Order: sequence, then C-alpha cells, then structure tokens
Amino acid sequence: MRVNPRIINQAVRVGLSAQALFTVSILVVIVAIICVKGFPYIDFAFIFSFPEDMGRHGGIFPSIVGTIQLALLSILLATPLGVGTAIFLTEYTRESAFTKLIRFGVESLAGIPSILYGLFGFIFFVIKLKMGWSLLAGVLTLTIMILPTIIRTSEEAIRAVPRQLRIVSYSLSASKWETIKKVVLPAAMPGILTGIMLSIGRAVGETAAVIFTMGSSLRLPLSLMDSGRTMAVHFYILAREGISMEKAYGTALVLVLSILLINVVAYYLMNKAIARYS
Amino acid sequence: MTDRTMLKERFVKWVLITFALSSLLFLFLIFVFILAEGLPLFLKVGLKKIIFGFKWAPTKGYFGIFPMIVSSFLVTFGALVIGAPLGLSCAIYLSEYSGKKTKMFLKPALELLAGIPSVVYGFLGVIYIVPLVRNYLGGSGFSLISTSLILGVMILPTIISISFDAITTVPKTYREASAAMGATKWQTIYKVILPSAKSGILASFILGMGRAIGETMAVIMIAGNALKIPTSILDPLRTLTGNIALELAYATGDHRLGLFSTGIVLMVIIMALNYLANFGIKRKPAK
Repeated sequence: MRVNPRIINQAVRVGLSAQALFTVSILVVIVAIICVKGFPYIDFAFIFSFPEDMGRHGGIFPSIVGTIQLALLSILLATPLGVGTAIFLTEYTRESAFTKLIRFGVESLAGIPSILYGLFGFIFFVIKLKMGWSLLAGVLTLTIMILPTIIRTSEEAIRAVPRQLRIVSYSLSASKWETIKKVVLPAAMPGILTGIMLSIGRAVGETAAVIFTMGSSLRLPLSLMDSGRTMAVHFYILAREGISMEKAYGTALVLVLSILLINVVAYYLMNKAIARYS
Repeated sequence: MTDRTMLKERFVKWVLITFALSSLLFLFLIFVFILAEGLPLFLKVGLKKIIFGFKWAPTKGYFGIFPMIVSSFLVTFGALVIGAPLGLSCAIYLSEYSGKKTKMFLKPALELLAGIPSVVYGFLGVIYIVPLVRNYLGGSGFSLISTSLILGVMILPTIISISFDAITTVPKTYREASAAMGATKWQTIYKVILPSAKSGILASFILGMGRAIGETMAVIMIAGNALKIPTSILDPLRTLTGNIALELAYATGDHRLGLFSTGIVLMVIIMALNYLANFGIKRKPAK
C-alpha cells in the first residue's frame, strides 16, 4: 500500500516537533528539579556563612568566593592571550602553513577532555612546578582549557567587522594597531564578550580539571598558593560522599542558576553581535 | 608614520605572534608531560599487557585496562544510540520546521543543556535514573544503560548544533529545485537535504562520541566503576576517564604512572575521533 506523501509529511512534522519539545523539556525538568529541591535550603546565611562539619551544616561562602576567584583570574589570563591570538590570525597574516599550525593547536586544545587537563595540571603545575594544590595551579590549568573558546569566538567576531571600517580608519592615517584598538576591537566587542561569558560559565561548572589542581580545601583561599574548593567541587563532594543532600541541593541551585544567568547574558550579547553587522 | 609608531607596530606584532604561539606551546606541554609520565610504564610492563590486559591491580603490578577501553566504547555507543537520532531530529526541526520565533527561543534553550555542569547530570542520574533502572530492570542501577542515558542527553547540544550548521549550509537552490518537482517537505529533507549534509551530520556524531568518551564526573557517579567488562546493559562498568578520576588523588609511584598510561590511551582515542570529525566537516557540500 502506498501512503500519501502528504500524510507522511504531516506525521514527520508532528514527530519532529514532539522530539524537539521532549529535548527542551529535559532542560526544563532539570532546572525545575534543582530549583524546587534546592530552594528551601538557600537563604542569606547559606550564601554568606562558612561550612561546618565538612559541609553538613552552615553555608557555602568559601566555595562561592573560590569559584569567583578561579573564574575571574582564568579569564584575566586567557582573554589577552585569546583575543591576541585571534587578532594575529585575522589581521596580521594570510592563511599559511603557520596559521594552519596555530589553528591545529587551538582545535586540538578544544578537543581535549577536561580530565586530561586535570591530569596535566596535576603533574605539571601541582607536582613538577611544586605549586601544590593551589588556586594558582587551578587558574593556570583552566586558562589553557578556556583559551580555545575565547580564540574561536573572538576570531569570528573580528572577521565579522566590515572591511570598510578598517579602510576608513587607514584613510585617516591611523596605523594598523590604532585601527585594531580603536575601530576593530570596539566593533567586535559584543562577540568577544560572548566568548568570555561562555568561558566563565565553563570555568564555573568545571570539576574534573579543578579538583586535581586547585584541590578541595574548605578554607577560604586567601593567596594564590592556597588550596580552595569551587561550588562544583563542593557539590560533587557533598553528593558523592553523601554528606548532606539538603546542602547538595542548595549548592546545586546556586551553581546552576549562576551558570544559566551567565549563559543567558552570553546569548544576549551574541544576538547583539549578530544584529550589528547583518 | 613616525619612527615611534613604526617601532610600536613592530612590537605589537611580535607580542601577538607570541600569544598565538602560546596555544601550540600549551598543547606541546600537555603532550610531553602526559607522555613522559605514562610512556615509561608501557616500556616497562609492555604495551600488550596494558592495552589487552584484563587485570587492573596497580599496586601489585597489573596494569590491564582492556575492560575500561571496552567500557568506554560501550557507553559511548550507548550514548550515540540515544543522542544521535534525538539530536538529529532536533536539528532538522530547528532548521526546516520551526518558525523564526520558536527558533529564537529553542536554539539557545537547547544549547543551555551544554551549560549544565556534568556533576549535576551525575547527581540527577544517581537520584532519578539509577533507582528507576534498579526497580524496573533490575541490578544495582549503576549500569551501562543508566550511564548511556545520561551521556546521551549530555551529547545532545554537540550533535544538535553541528548537524544544524551542516543542514543550514545546504544551498537554498536544492530545496527550491526539489519543491519545484512536487516533492513534499519531508521528501526534500529525506532525499535531498540529509544526503548533502551527510558528512557534517556524521561529524556531529563523531564529536558527540568524543564528548561522551571524555566525560568524567557524571560517569563516575553513575557507572558503578566495577573492574569488569559488562556482559549486560545492567552491569556496572569503569571507563578510562573514571579510572583516572577515581584514583589520581591518592595514587603514588607506578600506580600513578598507570593512570597516565590510561590518559595516553584516552588521548589517542580522542585524537583519532577528532581527526575523523575534521575530515567530515572540511569536505564542503557539493556545489
């Protein structure tokens, strides 16, 4: 029997929309569970007080501070390196064997799973360079890990800046670097910021690369050489060692909401970047 | 230009070249340090005894990771069985069926799935999926099927965004020509668009595999981490990544080196997958 293609067409449409709906509902369900289960346990004290008894009681203040320190310091290092690489690739060279080699490096870094970053950070920064489990070792490891994201998004953003802007700048006798600094980078800023926000989100949610480099000390890291614990690591330890389900849900809520917020800002900036030159 | 600006320009250029080279330097360092730790053990114990060895008892001199290699591929395959059809359907829906407004909301929402930290996936897996499997299918619940389910969801964003890109780069003229012949939308998708986007879609599956095989935290929470090759989908298993993450914190001596050997094997698999995926992405669709 031959079924009318129009009927198949309609059936497929329904089937595909159902699957898309299902997939989005996974996200909604995850966020809903975390919110509903975590909400009763968070309050002012949970955010701003220190954990007691391995995290069984008290708050998560040191892990919030640790997360912010780790994310911001990594971004601080990775942004100049990444944006600089992107500028070099877009403005200073033509495609050549050299740029291909650099691109190969960036692509390879992007493909390495976080546990291998953890393995590397552990042996190189923690052991060989004798940093021990420390904020510094965590920051350096994450800097390398988020670098490819920053390079790729910045490169795309810089490429999207219309040629005319550069030509006008040159015609006003601006030098190459002046043109980049005063014309190209400001124009590409929303796109570059998108990459930065996505990278912050990644750093905040990362566990495998952090736990073996920054360690999991519950104290507030006061210097670069102190060990510390990010929210993601704290949550992992609470959940895995069954220390406290309430505190685990509370931590998960703060963690997931921060990441969602960071990503929403990133998409807002991305839309702004796309709207700018199209 | 004055001499000063010339000098500054040249200085900036060299700084930027140095920055660009840093990525290569980092990659080099990662390779060298993981190889330097892991290779000596391959020489000492023997490649065959590590890769094809069944027994992992590093404190007693057994470094066999064959069960973990098999387990890593099994969960990855399981993840693909769940993630590939669902992800591809979402990508087709997004690019061909959804209206502009739906797409504006749907695409970022699907990408947000990638932002959920893997520890959260693992935690929810332990709380909801593991008991579900235990009660309805049997076993402890910490199993191949639970891990595959969670990984299947985790690789969705990768598969969706890359197949979406592949499908949207199919030229509009193809769609128009097909519609002009009286084909329905689905006939056009099935017979024209999917075949021309084939290599990109395959690449998305391979990159999804890379993501699944490299995933760590969610896996160690759900997989049960037993040191055997699973014989059923309800058996627990330990992956390469899990092996490293579970033991790195306290391993010393040869035991630690064994974890780096595990890392080398993982690295080789990931590199092979990325190479395959690049091959798929770089082949441009026929003009």
